[in-house]
Amino acid sequence: MATAPVLVLIDHTDDGAVRPAVRELLALAARFGSVHGVWVDPVAPGADALAELGAHGASQVHVVAPNGEHHLTPVVAEAIAVVVGSVAPRAVLLTNSFEHKEVAGVLGVRTGAGVVVDAAGLEDSDGTFVATKSVFAATWTTRCAIRTPLAVVAVKPNAAEVVATGQGPASVEVHAVDAEAATAAARGVELVERTERAPSGRPDLSSAQVVVVGGRGTDGDFGPVADLADVLGGAVGATRVATDEGWIDHEAQIGQTGVTVSPRLYIGAGVSGAVHHRGGMQSAGTIIAVNNDPEAPIFEIADLGIVGDLRTVLPAATQELRRLLG
Amino acid sequence: MRIVVCVKHVPDLMAERRLVDGHVDRDQGDGTLNELDENAVEAALVLAAEHEAEVVVLTVGPDDAVDAVRRGLQMGADRGVHVLDDALAGSDVFGTATVLAAAVRHVEEDGPVDLVLTGMASLDGLTSMLPAVLAAELGLPQLTLATELALTDGSVQVRRDLDHATEVLRAPLPALVSVTDQSNDPRYPAFAGIMAARKKPVEQLSLEDLGVDASFVGAQGSRTEVLDAAERPPRENRVLITDEGDAGARLAAYLVDHKLV
Repeated sequence: MATAPVLVLIDHTDDGAVRPAVRELLALAARFGSVHGVWVDPVAPGADALAELGAHGASQVHVVAPNGEHHLTPVVAEAIAVVVGSVAPRAVLLTNSFEHKEVAGVLGVRTGAGVVVDAAGLEDSDGTFVATKSVFAATWTTRCAIRTPLAVVAVKPNAAEVVATGQGPASVEVHAVDAEAATAAARGVELVERTERAPSGRPDLSSAQVVVVGGRGTDGDFGPVADLADVLGGAVGATRVATDEGWIDHEAQIGQTGVTVSPRLYIGAGVSGAVHHRGGMQSAGTIIAVNNDPEAPIFEIADLGIVGDLRTVLPAATQELRRLLG
Repeated sequence: MRIVVCVKHVPDLMAERRLVDGHVDRDQGDGTLNELDENAVEAALVLAAEHEAEVVVLTVGPDDAVDAVRRGLQMGADRGVHVLDDALAGSDVFGTATVLAAAVRHVEEDGPVDLVLTGMASLDGLTSMLPAVLAAELGLPQLTLATELALTDGSVQVRRDLDHATEVLRAPLPALVSVTDQSNDPRYPAFAGIMAARKKPVEQLSLEDLGVDASFVGAQGSRTEVLDAAERPPRENRVLITDEGDAGARLAAYLVDHKLV
């Protein structure tokens, strides 16, 4: 007997490129059953996207072109609900962006599903999905069982290793959304304007394996931070102080009101480690801190703490890494 | 016009927090108004001054949750509503939204509610889905994560900065809007405001008053269940060094030794 599939919402750019975080969701979903993608966009996925989704484990992609603005989260939730009604999945997995957490919540209202967001892991315990999540600035870890037949889970980056299955392109099934239902889902909201940000040339901050962060101690000069990030192939992040000062875009802010990161390696330079910031990074694998204040709270959670001037320590580290990595 | 602001009482972020039997132990330390909800109260007060609106602060929670309402009243809101019921303990986001929606409808008995405002997330970190779920429960247009907000001619327009894009959304009133911490700088209550707040009414309501079936809320109505909670073990083998000219090289060596490059 075929088991019920697991759906993965395929996060993609406006020009149809699959976002990197999706590959981890596909690998995670494959542990629980056959993997089906859900593509919500009036423009169907291209050959490249279908090949990539297939190669990472999706056998099928359900394409839903809602008759309504597909960037509105309730419309996306309605579109997924149509696929849920059609294929009766065990679970729906989404990335952990603010938009997709909203989609998860509205999907819960629409389908009665139990919902967990910010999940750092997911396992099948005798037919019940159990999600792991860290709370209180990642000082506690909880395990949360989903008691409903359908589980909806928004999963944080780096929760699973990407697996290349070598499968061929995913096959496509197109679903129609009742026009009235899509209009009703939008509840009168009109998208007046949307500008997608151009990619920075560095990895996406929220899903990067390596994140180098600058804080107040940079005094506005992010050069040493960016150079170290580039030699490590990492993303550049910032504290609230640094973004409020206008030293770097607000989108780079890591913390409870900004981006949450859980990279393998976090390096904080001139970062004090305020509680709001720690809430956005404390689940990182390895934490390294460079700060000239030996009393900085970040040293309490750093695997390697260096009391020193980031303006000499970072360039020296960058130079040494360039030599070692040749 | 009438604006309802939903606020939450959270444990003080600076205090050490604990979980007991899967729920936040609220018995220790002082709680406070969720800092991000102050942005929602501020947004309501600015709109109320421009459009002559009544501002109602609404919360759901145990006895001391009324402190969050009081803070909103001290900032300048007109009156408060506090839903208090033993059956609420352990509610998930859907149970909480059901109760908040019933309370908004209760406020509507006094006249239409034009705008429901919330903060962007609760800083006790349990969920950021509430605004979208509440909008769905109320059947209202949802305009979440607003960094700018304007009311004109019976419609509301917001600007929002998302992970990958910036958007402008518009919808007719009534609507639900959540605001971010970038949207404004919340005022600090003045002494006169603190004194005036003592005389402002706070209506206390039970689930029965709201006609909400208790089986849909609390731990028994929750679709998820916390199985266990463990304090994260402290990181082991931590190293703290002081730069003596070789810290950059030692940092690089650490990354190599720990296979991080």
